[in-house]
Amino acid sequence: MRNVDLKRRSLVFSGIIIIIACIFIAKLTHLQLISSEWSNYAGRLTEDRERLDPIRGQFLDRNGELLVTNIASYDLLITPRKTVDLDTLGLANLLGWDTKILVEQLDKASNYSRYVASVLIKQLNYREYTRISKELYRFPGIKARTRSIRSNVAGVASHLIGEYREADKQDLKADKFYSLGDYKGKSGLEARHEIDLRGEPGARYHIVDVRNNKREVLADLDTMPVSGSDITLTIDLDLQRFAEELMGGKRGSIVAIEPSTGEVLAMVSSPFYNSDALTGSRRGSVYDSLKTHPHKPLYNRALRGTYRPGSIFKMLQGLIALDEGVISPHSIIDCNREIIGCHGTHTADNLTQAITHSCNPYFREVMKRIVLRGKDENHLVDAAIGLDKWEDRIKDFGFGTDLGGNLPGSRKGQIPSSEYYNRIYGKNHWGYSTIYSISIGEGELLTTPLQMANLACVIANRGTYREPHAIRDIGGRGKPKGEDDLHHTSVDEKHFEPVIDAMQLVIEDESGTARKALVEGVTICGKTGTVQNKGELDHSAFMAFAPRENPQIALSVYVEHSGHGGTWAAPIAGLLIEKYLTDTVRYQYRLNRILEFEVE
Amino acid sequence: MSYRKTSIIKNLDWVLVTLLFILLIFGWINIISATSNIEMADWLDWNGKAGKQLLWMGICTVFALVIVNIESEFFIRTSILQYLATLLMLTAVLIIGKKVGGARSWFGLGGFSLQPSEFAKPTTALALSWYISRDNSKWESVKSRIFSILIVGIPACLILLQPDAGTVLVFAGFVFVLYREGLSGNVLILGFAAMIVGIATILIGSWGGINWFWGVWILFGSAMLYLIREATVPRKRKSLTIWGSILLIAGLFLSVGLHTGMEKVLKPHQRERIQVLFGIDVSNPDADYNIRHAKAAIGSGGFSGKGWMNGPMTAYSFVPEQETDFIFCTIGEEWGFIGTISVVILFTFLLLRVIFIAERQRSKFTRVYAYGVASILFMHFLVNIGMVLGLAPVIGIPLPFFSYGGSSLLGFTFLFGVLLRLDGERFKMLR
Repeated sequence: MRNVDLKRRSLVFSGIIIIIACIFIAKLTHLQLISSEWSNYAGRLTEDRERLDPIRGQFLDRNGELLVTNIASYDLLITPRKTVDLDTLGLANLLGWDTKILVEQLDKASNYSRYVASVLIKQLNYREYTRISKELYRFPGIKARTRSIRSNVAGVASHLIGEYREADKQDLKADKFYSLGDYKGKSGLEARHEIDLRGEPGARYHIVDVRNNKREVLADLDTMPVSGSDITLTIDLDLQRFAEELMGGKRGSIVAIEPSTGEVLAMVSSPFYNSDALTGSRRGSVYDSLKTHPHKPLYNRALRGTYRPGSIFKMLQGLIALDEGVISPHSIIDCNREIIGCHGTHTADNLTQAITHSCNPYFREVMKRIVLRGKDENHLVDAAIGLDKWEDRIKDFGFGTDLGGNLPGSRKGQIPSSEYYNRIYGKNHWGYSTIYSISIGEGELLTTPLQMANLACVIANRGTYREPHAIRDIGGRGKPKGEDDLHHTSVDEKHFEPVIDAMQLVIEDESGTARKALVEGVTICGKTGTVQNKGELDHSAFMAFAPRENPQIALSVYVEHSGHGGTWAAPIAGLLIEKYLTDTVRYQYRLNRILEFEVE
Repeated sequence: MSYRKTSIIKNLDWVLVTLLFILLIFGWINIISATSNIEMADWLDWNGKAGKQLLWMGICTVFALVIVNIESEFFIRTSILQYLATLLMLTAVLIIGKKVGGARSWFGLGGFSLQPSEFAKPTTALALSWYISRDNSKWESVKSRIFSILIVGIPACLILLQPDAGTVLVFAGFVFVLYREGLSGNVLILGFAAMIVGIATILIGSWGGINWFWGVWILFGSAMLYLIREATVPRKRKSLTIWGSILLIAGLFLSVGLHTGMEKVLKPHQRERIQVLFGIDVSNPDADYNIRHAKAAIGSGGFSGKGWMNGPMTAYSFVPEQETDFIFCTIGEEWGFIGTISVVILFTFLLLRVIFIAERQRSKFTRVYAYGVASILFMHFLVNIGMVLGLAPVIGIPLPFFSYGGSSLLGFTFLFGVLLRLDGERFKMLR
């Protein structure tokens, strides 16, 4: 009996064995068949995905001239595990570094990883690299990696094109496309068209061993990179280069647009810089010096500078008044200087004369007629209603808007509405007599050089404009949708002629304010503006288009702190128009005068 | 002579022999893969590990042939002698052994190393069989039971001094032998209960609430004792109270001892290995390195594996000690689920076959010995695969017939050779 009992114990033991086997099989089922966690983890351990960088798209000018391309630069990498008895003194000498700094860098790399390469120096150029590469064999564990960076070969339009540099933490978080150390367009068109330019990366897979050495190729998963699209800009390289030359040593901006298409032919903000200076191993110090420069060279005045429009605004008032029917081209208004001052000796002007003379009382009266229409018995309420109507019409010309925002960084400026004055003075606490200074382009108005060039386009086109833009073509697919939308100002075509007559006289009349813009054989229509600065020299401003019939170019020129609009801005515009339309510069004296002029 | 020879061949348990050879050959195939790179296929080099293992397999086959041709009587009569020689070797290795991986468990013999603890397993099994079977009636006494435990305990203690926790754990498997021979089943239950208390101690200890745990233990235990006094019949009251108190105090001692051991005796990396097993976050990210990589290798095998010599985790040494203690990972990665469950099922069959053999013996010696074989094999199976699957702590212990290593293979050849011979003589043995 006892023996039988004990014999049964063999079943207990067998049972335990079977239970353990079942537990193992259950665990194996989970590990190998159900869960993918461990299999994915094994993939991460053993597969190395090497990214094959695509070639970034280039920038070309409107005639196919190369503006920005890619060049090779060289990073020096260190793999701490592979450095045996590194000659730190020799390496420091080769790099031109202090030994202490080098040792610090080496420690940093070791702390990061012994097996993974860390960057020692970024973006050596070809010359620097050839000097160093001859000696590199003496330093095992140091190797070079080629990477592609941008080169602005034409050396122009850096503000517009923008910067291509290392993605920061936010970029990495926002877009999984980038990993640490990747580059991306960070400003200007480089940033706006990042997706078109960057292309698709390819990948090459390897199996790695436990030391992260590549051991095998996994060819069936590999993909080739797809290059980014080339972008043809609307910029005319010759004109752009000439414009930058003219602006050398001055502060200000030039925007030149082809009126029929809205294509930006040249855009300069001065002082400018060459974007190549912001690449390479000295980027940091160059960037700092640009950032702290008192004249703000990194700031794109052409799109972001806001100025009071001054006399140029008077043409706009005239056009709206004609369209509203509150004046006719022949209406004559006294130059009553009691309320507002004027210049010159005239006593009463029609519209054409008023624009040529830049008559202040005339336009004070004109805007009064536009705004005060008797819509309400209370003249304060009437002014508010009239102002909002006026504001809508001004905005039709692109003022107070970013003009479609096709040029990255465009500002809206400011066109005041009734709401704006209500905030300042309180509702029904202001009337036309409070705000009339905006009638002559002063007061609370703020406009950008781009908006001024666009105004020249509107007048050149007799009432329409296409949104200004800088992209002609992306990868052979033409302009992006919505790049050059057509806008109507709803001012009738016939009203433009008296204004254009006046603009022609500004240049051609004996007493015209922009005589210095005169180019023989080309009918230029323009208007000077003088932006007053309290206590400082005025900003010289000028806008123009040419030729009068079938206009080819419209532009605005600003030269800060240089004086009257006719003195500097007008001759610069004249030279640009001559250069663009005739491809020559005959007025050498005028050119030399401008090139020699520098503003503190 | 000729009669006897044919008879032993005829009486060998061929099922067992076949199972052993299947395991051995499958094991060798995996050692080839685990010890060579994909681009380096010179695995038949005699200096390579696969070549060496093949050499050992040859030696062991000859050794097995020799053993099955030796009369059982020899093993029975010399068992005490072999046991004493083992104790001598285990003592000697502590003094003149070479230190490998922090443990002094190897004799260096020229190009080969020998691990005496591998031979301690079969000789201890023989000695225990001899002691238990020498007189049927006497084993019931407490004295002879203590003596049986000493036979297992002395070599276990010597091995613990090396230290080699894995092999000590294998010796703990002898409890199954004693259980089969009449040790109270309560011992197994107590062992299980002790395990629960131990796990609770480790978990609660790591959470920082160990004093609270001990407090509850005492309060709850005292309440139980009071209940026993009040609610049982007077006849049983006294013995129950005594046993209850002993259990209460023993449990407390176990918990306190284990906790103190964890905190004070174990080295940080050993403590981390145990904590990792219970899913406790350890500060050292490498603490579970082996287990993570082992699981990754097995998990990545999927249903049918990546194919022989085709597993990157194996080929590029992601799993440490993959040709010895972690050989199961190679099976998992390259042969997949099919391979791993085959191994588990083969071992289960092997174990059940050994139990079957044990139970068909008329000789008590052979039965006890066969149970010893089953227990040793079971502990290897349990601890090795459990460890690789992350179910048991990382304790270095080979997977029999699979793991690379001559000593282990020789030890198991001895173990199974003797079993085959004893079983082959089952019809004539009287003892």
